[in-house]
Amino acid sequence: MGLQQKSVILNPVGCSIWASIYFDFDSVQVPHGRTPAGATAVKRMLPDHLVICYQGDGDLAAIGTAEAVHAANRGEKFTTIFVNNAIYGMTGGQMAPTTLVGQKATTAPYGRDPVEAGMGYPIRVLEMLATLGGTKYLARGAVNNAANTRKTKQYIKKAFEAQMRGEGSTMVEILSQCPTNWAMDPVESVGWVESDMIPFYKLGVVKDELAGSNEESKEAAK
Amino acid sequence: MAEEKRLMKGNEAMGEAAVRAGCDAYFGYPITPQNELTAYMARHMLDKKRVFIQAESEVSAINMVYGAAATGARAMTSSSSPGISLKQEGISYACGADVPIVVINVARSGPGLGGISPAQGDYFQSTRGGGHGDYYHIVLAPKSVQEAADLTYEAFDLADQWRMPAMVLADGMIGQMMEGVVLPQPKDPATRIAKPWASGNRPAGRDCNHVDSTHLVPEEFEQANIARFKRYDEMKKLLPRWEEQHVEDADLILTAYGTSARVSLGAMQMARKLGLKVGLWRPITLWPFPEKRLGELAGKRFLTVEMSMGQYIEDVKLYTHGKSEVSFYGRCGGMIPTEEDLLAEIRRILKK
Repeated sequence: MGLQQKSVILNPVGCSIWASIYFDFDSVQVPHGRTPAGATAVKRMLPDHLVICYQGDGDLAAIGTAEAVHAANRGEKFTTIFVNNAIYGMTGGQMAPTTLVGQKATTAPYGRDPVEAGMGYPIRVLEMLATLGGTKYLARGAVNNAANTRKTKQYIKKAFEAQMRGEGSTMVEILSQCPTNWAMDPVESVGWVESDMIPFYKLGVVKDELAGSNEESKEAAK
Repeated sequence: MAEEKRLMKGNEAMGEAAVRAGCDAYFGYPITPQNELTAYMARHMLDKKRVFIQAESEVSAINMVYGAAATGARAMTSSSSPGISLKQEGISYACGADVPIVVINVARSGPGLGGISPAQGDYFQSTRGGGHGDYYHIVLAPKSVQEAADLTYEAFDLADQWRMPAMVLADGMIGQMMEGVVLPQPKDPATRIAKPWASGNRPAGRDCNHVDSTHLVPEEFEQANIARFKRYDEMKKLLPRWEEQHVEDADLILTAYGTSARVSLGAMQMARKLGLKVGLWRPITLWPFPEKRLGELAGKRFLTVEMSMGQYIEDVKLYTHGKSEVSFYGRCGGMIPTEEDLLAEIRRILKK
């Protein structure tokens, strides 16, 4: 998109703290969960920039729920890349808000039990945000195989282009492997995304109200 | 331009001073007794096509300030004691990433939700680095609406110059009362110092800028903290500011900041009329504290006057190095000391 010199990524707390090492553009690192608040301000000050709000499941769907919901509701014109691996990675495998029912974690040693242990249910963030007027494009992809990765790339590009047209809040959720904390080898982990995560977190466009989208795409999202 | 004098509430005067200092972005959340300030900013920032957001919480507001300032903008938030507690995480990050921001605390009584009346119970929190980690930041304590405006105006320059948060520690009295105020001239944006460290608008050939407080290598982090504290040492030489009256011949020096210094001034004048040798020493910068000057007065007798159970007194004892007898007179819970009660305390101490 030719925007490298005019891009800022907001790095949250979590594994994604390393984002500034991997991406060759300017960054701002914010407290845990406050990424959408930081991104809100960066985009308001630099409206001609591509602003990327990079969040994990703990950052977005646990500690930063308020910031995520309200930034989306204000229709802040940045793009959130929401990496959902259903576990806390950086801190070593604790239960995340997106941990599946029955999935084990260091803080859910007998598996996530929504009722008896009162651990609640996994949160489908995009479906929750879809009810808000400020959200214009919400899509969920995965990176467990080449086809899904290519599709995810298309979602991201579409969200970035919508951002640069100033269309409103855009978010792409990416189902991602964490073999280390899932205690699986890499091959098993891509299989688990397919067998367990995707049935619950359905892939595809969850909401598309972009002026730049065709009717077919908008209909598909409904 | 002719001098412009207006009758304003402290909260409004601080808002106007911020606008004139070139505040590019304001982020706030409602809390009494500072609500007029947020409302003033809504009206006057939006009017000038600057950024104003009523955030979903104080936590969000301070991180918006941090994000805006990380791009090099002049950004501010305001709140009152319980809200300032919520902002401490963000203030710690701003200190750790060397991001200049302006924070106004129109303090009220605590702990807990406490009350909405003026208090000075946030002295420790403000002057000791109220969040986690090793840091300090600039703290300015106005005693009048005029000074609240002047210090807010100056806070933006100080924050930029020293790359750290500058806090204006007012209280509900300063925020709510109306006084005549001469407003400063709008600052010429051309006079701002450059911020080559800021994120965004990266010119070709420049490496990435990362506004970041993360340090995972202890050896490097220690050096970064030591460098920051060298900056603090420099500030301690250049920034301390105070006001003093009749300290040289005083048998008793009243010492206080902000609203309680104002009450102390009245009590001092009453005492002087009675022939009592009473002086006044008031720090204007609470950090860096005017410790050198207070040390020169060591040996004199002091009475600290506070709207708390006694926080500021610890600095008075610290910087008089055990050479002064330091007494305490305080009201709390939203109560404000009166000149008459303070005079009675002065007479009791001086046995006159």
